[in-house]
Amino acid sequence: MTVFLQSLISGILIGGVYALIGIGLTIIFGVMRVINFAHGDIMMIGMYLTYNLFTLAGIDPFVSILVTIPLMFLFGGFLQKLFINRVLGALPQNQILLTIGLGLIMSNTMMLIYTSDYKIISTSYSSSSISVAGISVSEPLAISFIITAAITAMLYWFLIKTDTGQAIRATAQDREAAQLMGINVKRMSIIAFGLGASLAGTAGALISPTYYIFPQIGSTFTLKAFVITVLGGMGSIVGATLGGVVIGIAESVSAVYISSGWKDVVVFVLFLLVLLFKPSGLMGKSRM
Amino acid sequence: MLNIDKLNFSYGDLKVLWDIDLEVNEGEIVTVVGANGAGKSTALKNISRLVKPDSGAISFNGADLTKLESHQVVEQGIVQVPEGRKIFPEMTVRENLRMGSFIQSARKDRDANMERVFKLFPRLKEREKQLGGTMSGGEQQMLAIARGLMANPRLLLMDEPSLGLSPLLVKNIFDIIAEINRQGVTILLVEQNVYQSLRIAHRAYVLETGRVVLTGTGEALLNDEHVKKAFLGM
Ligand SMILES: Nc1ncnc2c1ncn2[C@@H]1O[C@H](COP(=O)(O)OP(=O)(O)OP(=O)(O)O)[C@@H](O)[C@H]1O
Ligand SMILES: [Mg+2]
Repeated sequence: MTVFLQSLISGILIGGVYALIGIGLTIIFGVMRVINFAHGDIMMIGMYLTYNLFTLAGIDPFVSILVTIPLMFLFGGFLQKLFINRVLGALPQNQILLTIGLGLIMSNTMMLIYTSDYKIISTSYSSSSISVAGISVSEPLAISFIITAAITAMLYWFLIKTDTGQAIRATAQDREAAQLMGINVKRMSIIAFGLGASLAGTAGALISPTYYIFPQIGSTFTLKAFVITVLGGMGSIVGATLGGVVIGIAESVSAVYISSGWKDVVVFVLFLLVLLFKPSGLMGKSRM
Repeated sequence: MLNIDKLNFSYGDLKVLWDIDLEVNEGEIVTVVGANGAGKSTALKNISRLVKPDSGAISFNGADLTKLESHQVVEQGIVQVPEGRKIFPEMTVRENLRMGSFIQSARKDRDANMERVFKLFPRLKEREKQLGGTMSGGEQQMLAIARGLMANPRLLLMDEPSLGLSPLLVKNIFDIIAEINRQGVTILLVEQNVYQSLRIAHRAYVLETGRVVLTGTGEALLNDEHVKKAFLGM
């Protein structure tokens, strides 16, 4: 029982980070109807940013998100303005090629600069754990979960309560109607991609104390983000939040009860089951 | 107020509007009537800059609209209530209205305008927290008009507001349009309900396959032989 609870709790904790990645992808998809295949690579950029801030300036990974969040927002906004805005009306396959290409450029650039070597950020707490009522959880995971929850709450507040946040949702729900409200939809797209990139980059920063950092790490996470988004219903933020946690739990529990080599298989089986039986996603709706 | 001069427009190879001349003066209700596919909605989309014309001029109080983006047209005071209502389905009635007052100049009047549209459509007040997508067709139409009013429009473009409404509600909607006009909003109304729209319009244009074939006062067109035969079944 303790083992089960322990794996459940670690699943929820890592699921929070997955949720951030998934929410980012779903916001981008919701507003632009473009699947961002560079999503994991953007996360990887966030990891290297954190790595540099740590090794060069000695800034703790969890503190460094104060830099990562705005920088990655600008990076995403810049990608949108320069590239994605140009293919909004284009054929889906062209959009896919563009985002895949952007991802390749990112991972190869990082490979040129940092080589393919694995980098690690070893903090004083990297391998320490906290024990509560007989259940021990990894300390960096627990901290990252708290930060994740705070960021998610702020994001919900932004999207529900502010004019700009509502305008982003309006753009996702009906782009033409949004224009008729006087909403500058190009600007909202830039903000949306900025948010998506910022969330992915922040997730990268949050996992960097516990993961190896290398240029090709992105693709696994792009896939994971995609699974989470489909699971939650493409474009649904609540769905992506739940989807992230579900995937986290599925991975963690199956790693304990089956074998850690099989956890990805379990995730994809889950994915296929959802596609077969509830193709609209867990929430059954696809809008923000 | 609004001046359209020799507007031509095509969807790809399909030419839809031919040399349209149209004028709306401050304080008027002007209606454009015509059969399905005549190009009425396309004309409004050109004014709102959702599509770009092949040639021709569109100006509003002297400002050249063809240089603006859609959202800037709204900032000029031209607000469109589109065909098919286009309510934000996952937003509540109140959130939809709030989006109506997104532009900076309308935000300060948000609360006052909310009161005003609730007075015009008490039903919306009762349904404040309901999701737009779950409202009935008639309620959505009211919401669409109310949402348009939230922006403090100087010129309101309305595309078939009576479409799909019950006969009782149709009369109601036209009375409300006349009332909005009395409150000082100029209106350009596109309609297939020719009788009702001519009844409330100061002036009217008849559009046939993308061309203006007839224009005059609402009353004159109501008594016009061609209009009677083509649209009123008389
Ligand atoms: N997006 C589009 N692409 C291609 N053709 C279009 C498009 N939208 C409209 N059309 C065509 O342009 C013509 C004019 O359409 P429009 O919607 O302006 O007509 P309308 O007068 O508003 O008709 P209705 O009363 O049925 O709404 C029609 O022949 C229509 O098929
Ligand atoms: Mg039409």
